[in-house]
Formats: sequence, structure tokens, C-alpha cells
Amino acid sequence: MKILPLDPEQSPLLIFDLLFKLKVRDVMSTQLVTITPEATLRSAQQRMKERGITGLPVVESDRLLGIVSMHDILTALDLGYINDPIDRHMPRNIVVLDEEMPLSLGITYFDKYRFGRFPVLNREKRLVGILTTRDISAGLLKELFKEVDRLQTGHEDTQAILQRRVQRTSTTRTYDFENAGRAAHEIKKLLVARAVDPAVVRRVAVAAYELEMNQIVHSNGGTLRLTLTPRVAELVAHDQGPGIADVAQAMQEGFTTANDWIKSLGFGAGMGLPNVQRVSDKFEIHSALRVGTTVRSIIFLSNPPKVKK
Amino acid sequence: MKVADLATLPGLEPLQPDGEDAELTGAYTSDLLSDVMAHAPAGGVLITIQAHTNTIAVASLVGLRAVILCNRRPVPDDMLAAARREHIRIYRTADHQFQASILVHHSLTA
Repeated sequence: MKILPLDPEQSPLLIFDLLFKLKVRDVMSTQLVTITPEATLRSAQQRMKERGITGLPVVESDRLLGIVSMHDILTALDLGYINDPIDRHMPRNIVVLDEEMPLSLGITYFDKYRFGRFPVLNREKRLVGILTTRDISAGLLKELFKEVDRLQTGHEDTQAILQRRVQRTSTTRTYDFENAGRAAHEIKKLLVARAVDPAVVRRVAVAAYELEMNQIVHSNGGTLRLTLTPRVAELVAHDQGPGIADVAQAMQEGFTTANDWIKSLGFGAGMGLPNVQRVSDKFEIHSALRVGTTVRSIIFLSNPPKVKK
Repeated sequence: MKVADLATLPGLEPLQPDGEDAELTGAYTSDLLSDVMAHAPAGGVLITIQAHTNTIAVASLVGLRAVILCNRRPVPDDMLAAARREHIRIYRTADHQFQASILVHHSLTA
């Protein structure tokens, strides 16, 4: 049976990462209970009992000489030398850990040597701590909580980003069919990334595409601006002319001024503006001849207020 | 019927056969892109004679998975490239839109 049920190669990636990131120093106990080599094994046993521990480093002026464990006490009782000074019977072939050692290496010592605790030394070979399996579990738990905290804070950041108002403006040029649909495509991607209801995404995409196409087919060039808030997508198409002579007529389905070439491409059927109006929750159009046209379409992203049309 | 099953229909020549394979949700026949934009079903196939990149732009916005080009219309390379980018399959046929629609209708309801 393994002393420590932690196999770095079988653990979840996060644990694996932590084991490599953490050093022995980060999880060891630094509140040391020690004993001197002249003390008797009986006094060692009493100190262990008082402090509720099962091993005691034997120290002389910060130098580690050995370690007394419960196992040594039992043997001393069995063989009748419990009242002897520790240094007469203390095992000296002790295994120590360096405080700079990665925890991933430290934990392999528990299975390799089958001790319940390891003294930890600093670079000057002074005793600075002790590492037990309990310290490792507690240290890992603490780090895991920190990690969870970090992830949660990160999550809130994404939420904050989603709540933020976003504005995108794209430019269109007359008869630039090559780039037609690009603005609508970008807008669609933005909405999909925000997990907006697909039916709503489609309505915004329809409005954006038609407004973009109108500028390409009919205008002297213009801009399409999207403003996105958590509740609303607002599209404003603004062009530099030539303007619409009769807006009411332009809003009628089937009315078109497009030429045959445009029609042969599948556009200019007089459906664009009516399509935009159909998918919009709010729709406005203003036009002045020789000045330009501005169309504003608002689509609610969720819980649209009930509006009688 | 899956999108990729369109390739098994008689007379359909796959010009751009790459894309996600999913259940075909329906079909729409139109040469008017505003009309396609307004009414074509997401996840469906478009039957049309509009062989140019704007058809792919519309198909992508609507979420169409395939386009069948009728009357063996010449297909420009930039249309095929756009379709590949958007994972929209393109098939070509000598049939006209009415014949192609009947063909797709039969396999959708089979």
C-alpha cells in the first residue's frame, strides 16, 4: 500500500501542475518541536505525547543529528533502555529533504523510504521544517482553493467583458461585392460568442446584411455601426448619398431602383428595407436627396418588451 | 438524411465536398438572396442558380450547410474557396431548380 495516495502521473492535471509548482518549503510545517541528544528516550516519548506527534527531530544548535520516532520508543520499551539518552540509540542514517526541492520529488520519498516524516534542511544545512503526508494534503488543499478562487475571479472578468458595451463600425464601398457580407459576418460572430439566442442572431444578421448590401448596391459608400449592450443590438447604417426620393415607396416590398446586372446577381428585388423592418423591434429611416440615408434598427437580445406592431 | 448523402443523388456533382456532416433540416429554392436570407432554414440546403461568392456569404449567415447549383452554371474559384472556408458543401447539377427541388424533396421525405 502506498503511504501517500498521490501518483503525479495519475492525478488530474491541476494537481500535477501544483506538485511541480510548489516547493517542499511551501507546504512543510515550520513550527518545530525538537529535542536535544542528551535527553532521554522517555522524555522524547512524553514530548511526543504532549504535542500529539509521532516523530521528533534531534537537534543541537540548529544542526540536525537524527530523528526519534514512535517506532524507536516502542523498541526502547521492549528492550528496556527507555531511560537512556537519545544519542546512544538514535538512528543516524537519516533521509532529509532540501527546502528548495519541488513537491513532486518530495512526495516520491514517502513511498521510496516508507517514513512518515522527513526533516527539511535549508542550503546551510540547518533544520527549517518537517514534512508529513498531512502537511502535503493540507498544502495541496490550500493551493487548490487559491486556484478555484483565481478561476472564479477570472470568470467574473469574462462576465464583466460580456456586460460591457461594444461598438463596431465597418465601411462599405459602392459595388464592392467581394467584401459583401463581411460586416454582417463579423457581427454574427460577435453575437454567437456572447451566446445570444440563435433566432435573435439570425434577425440581427439579416438586418446587418441587408443594410450592408443596400450601401454596396445603391449608395456612394457608407458605414454600418453596431452597438451591443447586454439587452440590445443597435445597427446604424449611414451613407453619403445619393439619398432616397420617396422613402415610403422604398419601404414597399418589391419596389426597386436596381439595374439588371444587380438583379442578375440575386439582389435588388426590393426586399432589403422591408426585410430589415420585419426583423427589427424598432426601425427608423431618414433620407435626404443629395445628402444621404440613415437607417436605425434595434433588436432586443432577450426578453423583448411586448410591442404591438 | 445527412448533408453528405446529397452526393448520392443522381446527377449531383460534388464540387466542394468538405463540411460538417449533420442531419439535413430542410431545403429552400430561390435565386433571390434577400429571400434566402429571410426564409431559408438553418441547417438546410439551398437550390439556386446564383453561382457566386455572395451566395456563400448569405448561406453562411443563415447557417445553410449546402448549396446545389443548377443548370450546370460555371462556378468561380473564389466561390469554392469561400465555401471551403465556411464549411459549406457545393454540388452542381444539369437539372433546373424545379427538378433539383423534387429530387431533394423525395430524399428528405423518404
